[in-house]
Amino acid sequence: MSSKQKHTWERFTFSERMARFTVFLGFAVALAVSLRTVEVIPEFLYDAPTQVADLLTRMWPMDLGYYREGIHEAMVETLHIASLGTLLAVVMAIPVGIMGANNIIQIPLLNWLAKLILVSSRSVNSLVWALLFVAIFGPGALAGTVCIGFRSVGFVGKLFAEALEEADPGPIEALTAAGAPWPSIFLKGYWPQVAPAFWGIFLFRWDINVRESAVIGLVGAGGIGMVLDTALNLFYWDRVSVILLSIFTVVILAELLVTNIRKRII
Amino acid sequence: MTTVTKQEYGSPFRINWWARAGWLIAVLYVMYAANYLDVSLTRFIQGLGNGAAFLGEMVPPNFARWKLLVGNLLETVEIAVIASAFGVLFSLPVGLLAARNLMPPWITWPARTFVALCRSFHPVIFAILFVKAVGFGPLAGILTLIFASIGFIGKLFAEAIEEISLKPVEALRAAGAPFISVIIYAVFPQVQNRFIGFSSYQFDANLRNSTMVGIVGAGGIGGTLFAAFQRFDYDFLAAILISIIALVMVSEFISIRIKKVFQ
Repeated sequence: MSSKQKHTWERFTFSERMARFTVFLGFAVALAVSLRTVEVIPEFLYDAPTQVADLLTRMWPMDLGYYREGIHEAMVETLHIASLGTLLAVVMAIPVGIMGANNIIQIPLLNWLAKLILVSSRSVNSLVWALLFVAIFGPGALAGTVCIGFRSVGFVGKLFAEALEEADPGPIEALTAAGAPWPSIFLKGYWPQVAPAFWGIFLFRWDINVRESAVIGLVGAGGIGMVLDTALNLFYWDRVSVILLSIFTVVILAELLVTNIRKRII
Repeated sequence: MTTVTKQEYGSPFRINWWARAGWLIAVLYVMYAANYLDVSLTRFIQGLGNGAAFLGEMVPPNFARWKLLVGNLLETVEIAVIASAFGVLFSLPVGLLAARNLMPPWITWPARTFVALCRSFHPVIFAILFVKAVGFGPLAGILTLIFASIGFIGKLFAEAIEEISLKPVEALRAAGAPFISVIIYAVFPQVQNRFIGFSSYQFDANLRNSTMVGIVGAGGIGGTLFAAFQRFDYDFLAAILISIIALVMVSEFISIRIKKVFQ
């Protein structure tokens, strides 16, 4: 005789629920503490609507004629900085990515070193990188290009290392068994497997870099940002609005381009 | 009798002319763009000398003003926490309005345009505008990162909602449930886990960006960093950079732990 047992269905175990609760509680406490201690001056907030209205009236009408005089050339420079910087990042990311993939290089110390390089590149913001390279190379497009390159290594290298780690070991074992040298193993074993992912990462990062290279000029690293900085310092708000509009247009066009190419290659 | 059949596979290592042409174009482009930007090897090598001097001044890092450093780092974290909380809160309705399978086109279009606008400007541009609107200080940084969060989470959340199964939605609608119940019982349970994932990712991104918004005066450690640059105070600069990297690494570690909790 089977007695009817009472089952209560629970989606999570007790410890899982406690862990979730702890996360939410921790965040709530952090938020409460932050809201109490952060220094916000309320008068500035009350003043904000007038300031915004003032800003908008100064921005309108736009000085559209300025595009031809000052913006176009800087915009082309920005696009070159983004593309050249992304290429530089790829050149640097391939060795670092290989070093970070623990199925290719089986030396924990090197894996760890690669991880450190990648994390440092990603945690330092692009503007901070730009400041560093402006201090080293002086203001101009060279600092911007190197900045974009160093900033993107972390992103490209991390995703490239992950793609390499996911590669199917079958072809690689076959090549190793046939006695292929290391360059052949990489070019014919790994590369065909990771190439689509690699081009996808490249395009994605180029899209991000178009956005970033538009602002690094604010600290002197070339491109449209320098024009924006000048307009801001001189309070030419009608020029600022044209610059913002052209950045917006270029960013949207870049995104459309990347989405279309990605659809075809993946 | 054995018949030998020979099959032609072609060379496995045949030359891909398209790929070669692509590499050639890439090399030509690099030469053209480097020339256009006036990037040359001599300038680069000159810069390397400066870089060595620069690194020399950065070592050893100067942690003497650690009180200022800790105070600034705390403000950075506070900006990130507040901005993430409000950003997530606001991106819920925006994402919902932008989902094309639940809303009519005349609602989704404005919502999608708003999200695209939030996303296409770099946070520092928002920071400049908010510094003008609400003055110097962390409030401008918070507002900046709220907009950046809406741009990112709003888009991904709308995409997640567009991928849900519509069966529970139909079932609830057929049963005559009001709109709010449809959202709470049919839509939200399907996207909850992904939403938490996006939020924790965005918190990381906000923390990184809140170290930068100070450069234009919007609070956090960026202001001190920029001042250290302008005063050529490179050993203190090294200390700031090391503490920023450490902060980001700690937050990455925490967010990996949090993701494990919600798997």
